[in-house]
Amino acid sequence: MKFFPLVWANLTRHKRRTALTTLSVALALFLFASLRSVVTTLRATGEVGSETRMIVQSAKAIVFFLPMSYRERLLAVPGVQAASWANWFGGVYQDPKNFFAQFAVDPESYLDVYAGDYDMPADQRAAFIRERTGCIVGKSLLDKFGWHLGQNVTLTGTIFEGDWPVTIRGVFRSLDPVFSEDAMLVHYDMVYERYPTWVRPGWYVLQLKNPALAPQVAAAIDSEFKNSSDPTKTGSERAFNASFVTMWGNVSFLMDSIGMAVVFAILLVAANSMMLSARERTNEVGVLKTVGFGDRLLFGLVMAEAGGIAAAGAVLGLGAATVLWPAIHFSAMGFLPGFRVTPGTLALGLGIAVLLAVASGLLPALSAARLSAVQALRHVE
Amino acid sequence: MALVELENLTKAFSRDSQPIVVFDGLNLEFAEGSFTALMGPSGSGKSTLLNLIAGLDRPTAGTVRVAGAEVSAMSPGALADWRARHVGFVFQSYNLLPVLTAYQNVELPLLLTRLSAAERREHVATALSVVGLSDRAEHLPRQLSGGQEQRAAIARAIVSDPTIILLDEPTGQLDAKSAADVLALLQRLNAEFHKTILMVTHDPHAAQAARTLLHLDKGVLTA
Repeated sequence: MKFFPLVWANLTRHKRRTALTTLSVALALFLFASLRSVVTTLRATGEVGSETRMIVQSAKAIVFFLPMSYRERLLAVPGVQAASWANWFGGVYQDPKNFFAQFAVDPESYLDVYAGDYDMPADQRAAFIRERTGCIVGKSLLDKFGWHLGQNVTLTGTIFEGDWPVTIRGVFRSLDPVFSEDAMLVHYDMVYERYPTWVRPGWYVLQLKNPALAPQVAAAIDSEFKNSSDPTKTGSERAFNASFVTMWGNVSFLMDSIGMAVVFAILLVAANSMMLSARERTNEVGVLKTVGFGDRLLFGLVMAEAGGIAAAGAVLGLGAATVLWPAIHFSAMGFLPGFRVTPGTLALGLGIAVLLAVASGLLPALSAARLSAVQALRHVE
Repeated sequence: MALVELENLTKAFSRDSQPIVVFDGLNLEFAEGSFTALMGPSGSGKSTLLNLIAGLDRPTAGTVRVAGAEVSAMSPGALADWRARHVGFVFQSYNLLPVLTAYQNVELPLLLTRLSAAERREHVATALSVVGLSDRAEHLPRQLSGGQEQRAAIARAIVSDPTIILLDEPTGQLDAKSAADVLALLQRLNAEFHKTILMVTHDPHAAQAARTLLHLDKGVLTA
């Protein structure tokens, strides 16, 4: 601690330079943590889902609808306790950039199948089920747009064209990431009413009596519809969610690559700054050596400066990423529900900060330690 | 009794592949409590001699012994420790660290000791008082005059009560009044505190402040 004033004095010698270097490290770690959180959130999204629920979708592709008549046949499959259905609605609110997840569902059966994954007052649930132009929204989405219960909201359809005025009849809190708080549920019937010849269920959600029966149930369903005009692909809810993640393709690789590239670029900036700072003080290194400062001590002092910058950058960058995203309820319009910096990412970020400190401080620290006092003093004189 | 003993001291450099011999078998002693001025033309080896005695440079051959310790045989780590305890060095250009106050500059050598913060404070206060800078303790070097800077540098050199004080042209950048103050201070350190002082200088007036005067020319003592 007795050397702290010396380290601090050197760090604050060029306040602007130190501040900019620290900010660049902070920015690098902020970007790293944020980009990596996209990857971890995507992975987490692919891992959520109940073991007692299965999804039946078109074997051709998710964009193909399934006949409404399948519902009764699905309920008849041994092991299936309940069935509901949903469609991706795909509307925007006021502006195309206000895009968030909306599902057109059969309210009663859908809320039953997902009972336990959300929390909503019973009277709001009943009001939603009762009103065909009613909707329910997650608390996070409600807060984001400043809506309130009873408010009329007009969606503009991008798949189901036209304006869709709906009234907020319920607000739910998510108890499980599978039931995103950044989503809105509207009535399937509202959409069907306007496009009766076109609209059919996008996928079915099944509630199983026993999760152990899932393989048999899936095989039975897909076999049942194998030779029909609308064959099915049945899988666990987790697999269904994971399939959306795979639609992001190599986003994970891209995010990780960009994150590491940013860190490497900033490493060069920080290293250059540290080298410049050390080179300017060559003469002072000579003075300290003359006073009796040993090579190891000087090495440690220069490394402490690099460590100080990296530590401050880590606190700022990782701290900002940890606090900012939850504070603004960021979820990429519901595609990254529960977006947050995980403890694993924080640990990795701290590890990178340590590497940054070592890599940026090592050369100047070695240079300060190896330089002879006479050489150092002659540098200026 | 000799405090500093140089035996068969040889120092050679190589510049552009040409060997330059600064000392070739120099023998010299400085007594404890002496105040010696070393004069000579540029390139005569004055500063090299100071560097060798301080352990900042190593002889090509021969030995440098200070207070019985063979400086020329020490490892770099041991040399740094030894320098912290036994050598006070004053430069022509003061060489105070610009980001530290006078107090912090003077405290530097004490950071290498086991003294507590309170003890360090006491030592620094004493050193600053001896050089007459008690009222400038919190000033940065740029807020001090040249004479004050050099006095702060002397305070840094004496604060750890070293065995020997080495000065390389201490009055070279000072006006006459400041130079006189510094020389008077050195005389007082020698007379009153019995400090062994070796001062390299070009200035005959400064040299008169010393009790012994040596001339060095091309690595050889001439008078």
